[in-house]
Formats: sequence, structure tokens, C-alpha cells
Amino acid sequence: MKKLLAILLAVAMLVLCFAGCGAAGGEEKSDLKVGFIFLHDEQSTYDKNFMDAAKAACEAMNVDYAQKTQIPESKDCYDAAVELIEVDGCDIIFADSFGHESFLIDAAKKYPDVQFCHATGTQAHTAGVKNFHNAFASIYEGRYLAGVAAGMKLNEMIKDGKITADKAKMGYVGAFTFAEVMSGYTSFYLGAKSVCPSVTMDVKFTGSWYDEQKEKEAAQALISGGCVLISQHADSMGAPTACETAGVPNVSYNGSTVAACPNTFIVSSRIDWTPYFKYMIECVQNGKEIDTDWTGTIETGSVVLTDINEKAAAEGTAEKIADVKAKLLDGSINVFDTANFTVGGKAVESYLADVDTDANFEKDTEAIENGVFYESKHRSAPYFDVEIDGITLLDRNYG
Amino acid sequence: MAKKEAVKTVREPLFHVVKRDDLPWWKAWLIRVATIVIAIFLVGILSVVVTGQSFGGTYQIMFSGVFGRLFEGHTTMLWKYLQEIVILLSLALALTPAFKMKFWNCGAEGQALMGGLASIICMIELGDKLSYPVLLAVITITSIFAGALWGVIPAIFKAAFNTNETLFTLMMNYIATQIIAYYVYIKGGGSNVINPVSAGNFPSVGGNDYFVNIMIVSVITVVMYIYLKYSKQGYEISVVGESQNTARYIGINVKKVIIRTMIISGALCGITGMLLVAGKDHSININSVGGQGFTAILMSWLGQFNPFIMVVMTAIVVFLRLGVAKVADTALLNSSFSEIMVGIVILMLVGCEFFIHYSIKFKHKKEAAA
Repeated sequence: MKKLLAILLAVAMLVLCFAGCGAAGGEEKSDLKVGFIFLHDEQSTYDKNFMDAAKAACEAMNVDYAQKTQIPESKDCYDAAVELIEVDGCDIIFADSFGHESFLIDAAKKYPDVQFCHATGTQAHTAGVKNFHNAFASIYEGRYLAGVAAGMKLNEMIKDGKITADKAKMGYVGAFTFAEVMSGYTSFYLGAKSVCPSVTMDVKFTGSWYDEQKEKEAAQALISGGCVLISQHADSMGAPTACETAGVPNVSYNGSTVAACPNTFIVSSRIDWTPYFKYMIECVQNGKEIDTDWTGTIETGSVVLTDINEKAAAEGTAEKIADVKAKLLDGSINVFDTANFTVGGKAVESYLADVDTDANFEKDTEAIENGVFYESKHRSAPYFDVEIDGITLLDRNYG
Repeated sequence: MAKKEAVKTVREPLFHVVKRDDLPWWKAWLIRVATIVIAIFLVGILSVVVTGQSFGGTYQIMFSGVFGRLFEGHTTMLWKYLQEIVILLSLALALTPAFKMKFWNCGAEGQALMGGLASIICMIELGDKLSYPVLLAVITITSIFAGALWGVIPAIFKAAFNTNETLFTLMMNYIATQIIAYYVYIKGGGSNVINPVSAGNFPSVGGNDYFVNIMIVSVITVVMYIYLKYSKQGYEISVVGESQNTARYIGINVKKVIIRTMIISGALCGITGMLLVAGKDHSININSVGGQGFTAILMSWLGQFNPFIMVVMTAIVVFLRLGVAKVADTALLNSSFSEIMVGIVILMLVGCEFFIHYSIKFKHKKEAAA
């Protein structure tokens, strides 16, 4: 008993002593602070891409930032925003997941003096909340460039006699059958087709943004189905490693996978969020309005390609990509030019896309003007969901 | 002499674990409180080591992650803290009657999801057809029914065929998760998200969204205490839990008690699902309960099936969860840190129960006593 009391007293003394001496709080140097809300943490390549950009942008702009990780797509997102504002004193709140949007809009209504920015959302242009903004990037241009690299590789295989022109089939591992993924694989396919006209493509969906095993199996199934080149829109290393094992060239996403796949990695496209984060900080610093719907492009530095792996890529890929990139920049190439694709053998002249969010997913906006399907024009998040000729969906997965 | 010793070394282990029931209640509580203090102290030390913050600063951050700027009159974070407590508490309360009966209900997760599903279906389908009070009533009834249904199915199988309820309730969780995933797919389209529904939300009281949730769980806490301690049914639950044969001998219908208790347990989980959907998210996804159905099992045990002790236990665990998460976020660490810390604390609390119920007798002590 005495022993117990002694331990208790000792603990109490220690606590008091430490509590007494450590009461000094941290001072903020900058008057502006950014709060970031992430769905997962750095173990997910998707969130890591945002977290790296947050760090880079805030360090470059010399502002403080706070973050909340593992915030689910629920009222918890609202609560996280409240915490970042009330406790950490943030002036800008950014959230990175599609499902955060509605809860962030609620928070934006409650704190009209704080700016709220949200990636991949769709509601800012219709919500009418002045301090709520969406952002995305024209990643389809990056995919198109990556597709050009893929097409060059196919041409090389045909030239070397490894395959015949009619066997030039690519495989694509996607997460879900909806616009963001469909816009991505279609632009990738069109990029390849622009240099290798006989190319076709098979697509398989995993039904998850991150499932290494499923992505691996999907890639293997595509390879055994005769695909000679693989690309993917999902966040794990499943597809790239399956390609390395099978010796099949791979065009990656979200970042370079050359370290794990030195023999098969060709190139990767990704969105760099640093320019947007800098932009939103600058806007608030200078008292300017942030765009309701901001679309990053190649020009803003938001859409980037990694270094090309010379070992796997075809000769002259870098030059060709630079050439096409220049044409995308000056507007002489449009990715979704209706002259370059058909649906059911016919050219598409008109297409109503679901741009405005509503419960019934009604198609509401004409997306084609002057023979071009303008992606990311009516809102930043993708809405191209046309199933074009040459691409076969082996399955569908809506989650 | 030498012979005697040789025999002893073969037969006697280094120490014995002896069950003890002579510990006075205040001593047991002293041990528990000391464990909690030491646990919080340990979390502080580990945080200092990992983050490099000062000791006092660490607790300051922890406090701000839970209470926010309470002293400056901002109560938002306090309400959030209370909300987190009542959800976990509500699930622990729901499990308690079943556990007291030694029916291992591991299905709180699924039962709560089904209750939440009933709520969201009512909100979406009946939101514009019924008046607000009627809608709330319908939401309550259907949620209770859905949770109870998910709880009673394993109970019927247990009563009729003596199936293993642990596995059965766990499997029911997976079924519930898949049903939710399917419903989200139907209603959310390709985007995998159901946008919050504005109909059938619990009213906010004084600008506070969580007030109603907190009130409901407070009432359940008191009622559950009275039910378990003073009602005949509560007594029957204890007897069935102690020994089914005794229960039969004194004329308790064991099957009836099992089924009735699981209806109550499931119904309370269903109510928790309603609190999450109608009282908080106004939407649903497969992570709406977020694994709290399993944490609640521990809370019920650590609370020794006493609702008021459970309030204290959940308050401590939620405090640590939110507080350490803030420490981790401030130091830009990932969420594994707060999971590890909460894990350590729970392990210590469980460990302390062991030393309250058992004492360790070392060989030499025993000899000295003899």
C-alpha cells in the first residue's frame, strides 16, 4: 500500500513539474495560414501527391500550414474544417477528396470570411457560395502525351516485327467506370492513335482506387488477353509490377515507377498541385477572388510528365512529345477533336454532358463546339464519358 | 534436505497466478485511476520523444485538439468531443446486455449500419412525402426495427441450433457493408458518394447540431443502468450469463431471454446508426460507423457492464484519440501514431484489470509465508 502511494505521489509530482515548465506555446510568424484536409495519409499515392505539393507550395510562399489526415467523407470533414479554422486559425481550407465537397460547402456557408478550395469537386459553379471553389487539371492533356509515347512504342514493336499492325492492342486498368477515368483512358488512347492508327484498347475496372492485388490481376488478365502495352488509372503498384514481371511496357500515373520497373516503365503523367496552392495563397494575400472553377494546364505547370525511361521508350519519344506538347499549347491539336474519333462508326456532332450536379444525373450541357469536345471548360472536373470506337470495356464497375 | 529441494525445483514454477476477490473496492479503483494517469503520462512522454515538442506543449496541443479554444468561449470543439463520446458510448451500451448474458455480439458495426440505412432510405424516399414530425417518427421506428432485425437473426440461430454467435454476428457485418455499398452505388451513381439529404435531419438546438444526439444517449445511459440493475429482465440476463443451467432450474426461459436481449441490443445499435445518419452525416457510406462497433466491445468490458463507468472510459479513450491525432497532425506525422498510442492505453487498462482480479505469488514469498 505504501509503495503504491509512493508511486502515485511520484507520478503526480512529475506531471506537475513538467506541466509547469512547458507551458510556452508556439508563435506564428506568418499572418496567413492554410489548412489541408486529406482523405488518407502519405501511404496513399493520391494523398501523397497533394501532401508533397502542400509542403512545397507553403514553403515556397513562406506561410504556415496545418493538416488533418484520415478525414472520412462525412460530417467529420465539416468538423475538421471547423477545427482548422477555430483552433489553428487557418484562412484557407483545402480538401482533397470528391466526397468531402458537400460538407465543405456547409462549412463555407458558416465561415464566409474563410476561403474554401476543393479538388475534383463539381458543385462550386452551381452552389452559389462565394467563398467555395473547385479545382482540377486538364490531366487529359498529360494522358494524351503519355499516349503518344505508348503509340511510339507500338510503332517500334511493329517495325521490329514483334507484332503486326493489327495486333497493336493496349490494355488499361481503371478504378471506376465514370467520367474522371473514362476521360483519362480515352485521351490516352487518342494520343496513341495519333501516331499508331491501327491501335485498339481493352479496359478492365477494379472498383477501387487502391487495391494492389486486383490491379495486378487485371493487368495480368489484359496481358494474357493479347495486350502488348499497359497503362492504368488506380493508385497502387499492382499494374506496374505485373508488367515488369511479364516484360510488358507500362505507361504509369501519379509518378515515376522506374525504380521498381526499370525495364518496362516508359513515362508517367501526373497532376502537380503546387501551382494551384501557390495561386490560392497569392489570391488571399492580395485580396483577389479565387476562381470558382480553376483548371490547371500544361501551361500553368499543373500537368506534368516524368522523365522518360530511355531503356523502355522508343527512339525519338522525347522529341515527339515536345513537338505534340507545343501543338497542344498553341491550340493546333485538341485532344477530343471529333475528327479523331467515332461512335458506332459515325462522327459525333453533339453531346450533352452531365456538368451540373443533380440527384438524377441529368445530362445538361452541350459539350461540343466547332467540332471539338471541350473537356474541363464548363467545369474543371472531367465530364467526358463517351464510349468511342476502338476501345472495348471488358467489364464495368461503378463502385 | 537435498532431495526435498530437488523435488521442489521440478514441481514449482517461478510464480503462481492466484485469483483474488479480497481487494476492497477503493483499492481497485485506486489502481484503475493510477493506471489511467500513468497511461496519459506515458503517451505524453512518447509524444515528446517522437515529435520533439516540449512536454507541456504536447498536452496543450492534445487539449486544443479536444476542447479547442474553450477558455475563450468557443464551444464548437467541446460539442464535437461530446458527440464522439456518445456515439461510442451508445454502441457500448447496446452491446452490454448481450455481453452480460455472455452472448458475444460482435455485430454492432453491421447492426448500426442497417439502422443507418433505414434512416437514409426514409430521408430520401419519404422526405418530401411526410411532415417533419411524422418523418422523424418513421425514421426512428424503421431504424430500431432494422437494427433489431440484424441482431435477432444470429440470436434465433443461437437459440434454435446453438450456432456460434461470434462468427455469425461478424459475418452479418460483412453482409451489411455490402448492402450499404450497393445502395450507395444505386443512389450515388458512378461517384460513389450520396450527397447529404436535407430532409429528416435532427433539429439543431441553439445552433448546435449534436445536441439531440447527446440528449438521446444520455437518456439511454440512465435507462440502461436502471434496466440492468433493477428490472426483472436485467436480473434474468445476469442469471443466464452466470449459468444457463441455473437459469433453467429457476424457471427462466433461456431461449426467450437470448432472443429478447438481442432484439434490445440490435435495436440500440440501430438507434446509433440513426444518430450517425439523421443526427450527423445526413448521408451514408460503408465507413459511416468506422470500426467503432469493435472499439465499443472494449468499452463495454472496461466499463464492467456499468453504464456510468462506460461514460468515463469512453470519455478517456475519445480524449486520447482526438488529442493524440492533433499532436500527430501538428507534427505532420501520419495517423498510425494516434492508433498506436490509443492501443497502448487500452492495453494498459486491460492489463490493470488482470492485476485487480488476479495476484501473482512468487515462489520465495510463498515459502516465507509457510
